[in-house]
Amino acid sequence: MASYDALRAEFEAFAAEQIAPFADEWDRNGAVPESAIRAMAEAGFLGLSIPEEFGGRGLDQRGVMLLNMAVGEACSSMRSLLTVHLALVSETIARWGTPEQKTRLLPDLASGRKIAAFALSEPLTGSDAKNVHTRYVRDGDRYRLTGRKKWTTFGQRADLFLVVADGEEGVCAFLLDRSKAGKSLLLGPLDGMLGTRASLVAEMEMSGCAVDERDVLGRRGLGFLQIVNTALDNGRFSVAAGCVGIARAALRAAAQHANTREQFGSKLRDFQLIRRRAAAIALDARTAALLCEDAAALRDGGSPKAIMRTAMAKYHASAAANRAADHAVQIHGALGCHESSPVQRYFRDARVMEIIEGSTEMQELLIGEQAIKNPDLIID
Amino acid sequence: MTANDNDQLKSDIRDYFKSNMGKDARFADGDDIFADGLVNSLFALQLVTFLEDSFKITVENDDLDLQNFRSVDAIADFVGRKRNNSAA
Ligand SMILES: Cc1cc2nc3c(=O)[nH]c(=O)nc-3n(C[C@H](O)[C@H](O)[C@H](O)COP(=O)(O)OP(=O)(O)OC[C@H]3O[C@@H](n4cnc5c(N)ncnc54)[C@H](O)[C@@H]3O)c2cc1C
Repeated sequence: MASYDALRAEFEAFAAEQIAPFADEWDRNGAVPESAIRAMAEAGFLGLSIPEEFGGRGLDQRGVMLLNMAVGEACSSMRSLLTVHLALVSETIARWGTPEQKTRLLPDLASGRKIAAFALSEPLTGSDAKNVHTRYVRDGDRYRLTGRKKWTTFGQRADLFLVVADGEEGVCAFLLDRSKAGKSLLLGPLDGMLGTRASLVAEMEMSGCAVDERDVLGRRGLGFLQIVNTALDNGRFSVAAGCVGIARAALRAAAQHANTREQFGSKLRDFQLIRRRAAAIALDARTAALLCEDAAALRDGGSPKAIMRTAMAKYHASAAANRAADHAVQIHGALGCHESSPVQRYFRDARVMEIIEGSTEMQELLIGEQAIKNPDLIID
Repeated sequence: MTANDNDQLKSDIRDYFKSNMGKDARFADGDDIFADGLVNSLFALQLVTFLEDSFKITVENDDLDLQNFRSVDAIADFVGRKRNNSAA
């Protein structure tokens, strides 16, 4: 396997050449272009952590972290593709799919021939994710799905949806193939998001979409416990690392501006109040990275502590990205409020990170519960 | 697996339960920890990782029957079976 330094260099060079220069334009257009998704696929990024036997690059979670950091520094909308396609869906199939599902689905996902999205949230269901209203019913040897999903990142583009629905056998996770759904699946764009505006968010309406029995992911009735929890744990890790990218981007932009802009006859960098903000961004960028590295090591080591430490990394990194982007906007003054500077994009993108993959409040409840029950699990 | 191994296994599982439910949690080896609401839903996943990590088994999709994980007794039986299968 390539060294982590070499991987980081590869990912950062790709992001600097193929993503960062275009990220503001994609944000304004409200869409990452297909050519950019293809480039990600050709680089093997869409199957980075999928085993080589299924066409992926077979990298570990540390590799996944480095990729999310690099892409997240350049463009959070594009980084969201890694969260939904790779972390939430492909890695979850790799973990819990049947041998048949893995052989049939993972090669197309790993190569990016097919793009996947994760459909859990609904108009009436967000944080209380167990309480989905989308229903499934048995119809001979198939299931039929009916209901509405909302906020489905890359849903406008996806070929395959991991849909969470409730029914007779308890909550189940289904793999819905868009090409087979015909008119029973309506997809509409959800434009006008505050952040990650280019991530092709969709809303879905399913009216009796047929899904084969072989497309139930995980055990029947364990869709929440097994599939949603695994997926969100993977997703949280991806978002946490992406937030480190935002904080790093904010730091670079703030440093660049402080080094060039002059007021009162001095560069901004010479004012102590500006340095205080720079120090705050630096601390947030670094502490968020360290928590991600901690989570990556535990994940790669198969430790049961990994889930909690991943939640801690997501909780801290998403708040850290917000503070960092906020400071960067302040250091830029009016320029930070205008689309000619990317810091306004970092600020908007950071904001959604405290809401997705379990909001800040959900992480606080989870971490707080564990911290009180067993401080040792968190301290060690 | 000897009786001693089994006692050790149950003791490890009990310790792990306690570490997640709080030190003064009270439960018997046959108690259903999921039904009693003693654990949150993420605990199930943590438990799977704990079993894989501590007892060097691989939990597969087909193993994920809640009956295998409901209590100290059930988990000890499950781990015993997995070990026997992989030894066979
Ligand atoms: C950009 C973006 C992309 C997204 N992509 C996807 C996707 O791909 N797939 C998908 O399924 N979903 C997606 N979502 C939806 C996301 O998962 C939900 O927004 C999230 O779960 C929160 O749900 P909600 O927005 O309905 O807020 P609500 O659950 O209604 O919560 C509103 C507020 O109340 C707080 N709150 C709720 N319950 C409690 C409580 N018990 N104690 C204290 N505070 C509480 C929340 O933290 C939040 O601050 C996306 C959202 C955004 C913004």
